[in-house]
Formats: sequence, structure tokens, C-alpha cells
Amino acid sequence: MKREFDFEQPIADIEKALEKLKNLADRNEKDINGQIEALQRKLEESKTEVYGNLTPLQTVQVVRHPQRPVLDDYIDLVFSDFIELHGDRCFGDDRAIIGGFARIDREKVMLIGHARGHTVEENVERNFGMARPDGYRKALRLMRLAEKFNIPIVTFIDTMGAYPGLDAEERGQAEAIARNITEMARIEVPILSLVTGEGGSGGALGIGVGDAVLMLSNSIYSVISPEGCASILWRDASYSAQAAEAMKITAKSLLELGVIDEIIPEPPGGAHADYVNTAGAMTPIILKYIKKLAPLSPPKLIARRFDKYAAMGKFNK
Amino acid sequence: MPWFIKSRTKRDSQRKQADEIWIKCQKCSSHIFKQDFIDNHNVCTKCGWHGKITAYERIEMILDKGTFNEFNKKIRPSDPLKFVDGKGPYIDKVEKARNQTGLNEAVVTGAGKINGIPAVVAVMDFRFLGGSLGSGTGEKILQGSAYACSRRLPYIVFSASGGARMHEGILSLMQMAKTCAGIARMNERRLPYISVLTDPTTGGVSASYAMVGDINIAEPGALIGFAGRRVIEQTIKQELPDNFQTSEFLLEHGFLDMIVERSRMKDMLSSILSYYNR
Repeated sequence: MKREFDFEQPIADIEKALEKLKNLADRNEKDINGQIEALQRKLEESKTEVYGNLTPLQTVQVVRHPQRPVLDDYIDLVFSDFIELHGDRCFGDDRAIIGGFARIDREKVMLIGHARGHTVEENVERNFGMARPDGYRKALRLMRLAEKFNIPIVTFIDTMGAYPGLDAEERGQAEAIARNITEMARIEVPILSLVTGEGGSGGALGIGVGDAVLMLSNSIYSVISPEGCASILWRDASYSAQAAEAMKITAKSLLELGVIDEIIPEPPGGAHADYVNTAGAMTPIILKYIKKLAPLSPPKLIARRFDKYAAMGKFNK
Repeated sequence: MPWFIKSRTKRDSQRKQADEIWIKCQKCSSHIFKQDFIDNHNVCTKCGWHGKITAYERIEMILDKGTFNEFNKKIRPSDPLKFVDGKGPYIDKVEKARNQTGLNEAVVTGAGKINGIPAVVAVMDFRFLGGSLGSGTGEKILQGSAYACSRRLPYIVFSASGGARMHEGILSLMQMAKTCAGIARMNERRLPYISVLTDPTTGGVSASYAMVGDINIAEPGALIGFAGRRVIEQTIKQELPDNFQTSEFLLEHGFLDMIVERSRMKDMLSSILSYYNR
């Protein structure tokens, strides 16, 4: 099996040995099954070991794997009865943020998220998950709709950032994100946000002000991309490893900083290698938070959300 | 001492003397008397270009004399990530900025009167780490809105910022949500919030409290936008319009109520606030 990342070499070595043994087994060699089993165990251990100790920059590599599951995959594997709703009622229908009604187990939710693709064609259609103001305005419209239907909002965050383009600036990228962040503070139904891929700065936060925020174990969430930070503070984008390290962008760091509530563990080998178990790990945790937030009255919910964000940050006084 | 060094020293000192008297406008390149520029609150006397001013200078211009009561003066950055970049530790930069500006954070907040009308103000200062939005900055801006809520006062925030403070990582991003939660609470209580955008207001500050004023006002010619010009040029591989991301561009596209010159700002703010029945 081909492995893409340098740090996966120990896994690749075991896989190669395993392949050899299996070929021998095919030729009716005896007493090999025990060895195969042992090696398979070692393979799993090695995956756990390697993926349990990724550096921040290696995590960035994993999170950008082209086969990492995207929102469409989760819609298939985690949710059912998805009814997509289109358009921002101002300008257009951004394909980089999609949303609509969905069910998870027996719970009804408004699902909103950044949409990327796996292939170039899909990604061009989705603008690589980089939304324009129209996407953020559609998201806010759907959140208001969720209030009317009295169902919780679940947002999936997976974007390098909001789209940096002329048209986006003309239509008010900053205003659209600012409006969402402001209005999300007062939305009267529970908001649960999951960072499943890259949580790219304001483009992520624009749908990410949640009562609870969760992260997949190999996802990242940061104020600027490691490359962007390196090119400004090191004056050289090649220092992205240092920038990734310094900015504390991994799920583990964000949990320690109190910015997120829980980490959803990905299967050994990463989400890109095992969609079914990634979705399987995600579903019960989403349900747990939906049930936890459901009894809170709107005033309680809003006060709690305000207090949570008011307490963010560390300073001296 | 050789003659050539001697003469250069002389020329340097002459130039230095000249720099103390004259200033070159960054827009029209005219040489203007420095004292005239300062007296004109850092606005070019020839072309009207608005240079940056410090937070306290602006407070002096906007608030009635002797009415300013400053809040949270001691709030200053900590170093939650123990951040070190190519040029050294964040905490050293903070100390340098504190020494150079006499400020503890990138914003000065407090209450005062504008032509007799009480209001809460937050004024950002670009000299302090590029006016970047850090945890302390966000806290002060939130506290300003909390005070406005408690006294039912209008809130005016003057922005001057390159965006979120990367040295505080994700915590700086969260200040966008924190400050906007304060604005949301003002909205809920029907209290007016005026955002004044000055040069520059970009990135995370434009994408949070600066852009959601009930009334958005900008100074002329200010750089206001979300993404950096260079990033956009690289993305779309097209030339951008000359007035791209200026106050004038934003007014044209419907994101500002008005552009107001610095000299008229105080009177415009008090005229607007005079319509507010407290």
C-alpha cells in the first residue's frame, strides 16, 4: 500500500512485510497465520504510535490530505434525510457553504458547513471550501430558520479561510463574517460546531460561535495559516513548521487553552484512511451535546454563550 | 577626521534639522511645516490626507475637556502561548511597545462627553503592535460595551488595526467573538453603537466589531478590508481598482454610512447622538 507522508515510513515498512507474509500464506506455507496476526497487531500499534505523536506541521499535512472526508461524506455517513436549502436571498447561492435540514439518529438539526470536494472538479465547484459573503449570509439565514423551527444548529468547519477575492471584498466579506459572529451570540437555539478539517481564521469563526465546539483529533484551528504567519513574522513562508508549533493550532492545544470542549478521536491512520469509523466516532458525541444543550431555555443558553466567550483570552491586569 | 566624513556628518545634521521642521505628505508628497501638520491633527494641509494619530490625541479631539474617565488602564498583554518568532519573544515586543507608546494595550477605553452628550469610547492606537487585537484589547473593548449597557450609554469604537494578534494564536481569534458578543448584548438592549473606521482597519478587526456599527463612519482614504491586497492579487491574478479597500470604495459598495474628515468628526458624532433619546 502506498503511503503519502514521510512520517508514515514505519507503517509502510510493516505493511510491506505483511504483504510478503500474505503472499507466502497464499502459497500454502504453514505456521504463518500466527505471524500475520502478530504483524497486524504491530501495524495497528504503529499507526496509533505515529498518529498519536504528530508534530503540528505533520498534522497540517494530514488535515490537507485530498481524501480526508468532506461534508458530503459526513452527510452520507452521519446524517440522514438531508434537505438542502439554497441561497442567501441577497445575491446568490455560494457552493462553498451549504446547509439544510438533516436528521442524526432521531434528532432533527439544521446542518450548515463548509463544503470541499475530493477531485479538482468538485473543488472548483466548491471553491475549495473558501466561502464568499453570500455563503456566510446564507448560513445566517439558515440559523434564523433553525430558530423558527426550534431545532439545534450543527456547523461543520472545514476551510482554509474565507475567499480572498475582489468580488468578496466588494460584497463585504468582513461585514458578512462580522455580522454572523455578532448574531450567533444571540441565536436562540443551541449551536454545536465541529472543526473537521482546517479551521481557517475568520472564515471558520463565521460559522463557529458555538455553545460547544468540538474538533476531530487531526484537525487544526488557527488565527492565520502557518504559511501566512511565517511569511509575516519570520518574513519567510518556509518557516511554517515553526509557526505551526508556536501558534498552538492542534486540537490538543485548543483543548488545553479552553477554546474547545472535546476532541473526537480519529481512527489510527487518520480520518482519510477510515471514513466509517470516523463517522462512527463522531455520531455519539454530536448526540451527546445535542442532548446536553436541549434542556437549556433560550435566555439561559444565550447567557451561557455570552459568558463563555467573555471569558476567552488571557491578559495581565 | 577625513574631510568626507566630516562633511557627511554636517549634511546629516542639516537633514535632521530639516526633518524636525518639515514633513513630507505620504499622499501628495508636498513638504509641509511639521507644526502645521500637528496643529491640523496629522492631516495634510495641502491635500487633506489623514495620517495616523495616537489614541490620546483622538480622545482629546473628540471628548469635552476634562470629561474623560479612563477604564482598565492596567490591562496589558500576557504571553499565553510563550510565543517566539523569527525576531524574538512576543513578550519583548510587548515591553518595547509599552515603553515606546506609554500604553499598556492597543486600545484606550473610557467614558466622557461629546459636546455635552455622555458616551463610552474605545480608541485603538496603531503604534501598539499595529493596533492588533489581543486578549487584553478584546477585554477592554468588551468591558466598554458592558459599561455602556449598565448606564444605557451609546458606545463609539474608533478602530485602527491590522487585525488579530497572531502572537496570541487562537485566543486572538476568539477576541472577535468576545467583542461581538458585547455588541450583540448592546443590540439586544437597543443601545446605539457607532463604529469609526480609521486607517487601517483590516483582517480580524474589520471582520468583527468594526463592521457591525449601527452607524459606520470612516475617515477619508482609510484602508479598510478583510484580506490583504497582495493575497487577493495572488488569488485572482488581476489588477485591483485604484480605490480598492479605501473608505470611498466601501461607501460606494454600501458598507459605510458616511465619510467624515477628522476636523468634523466630533460635531458629526454629537449631531448623530443628539437623535438618541436615552
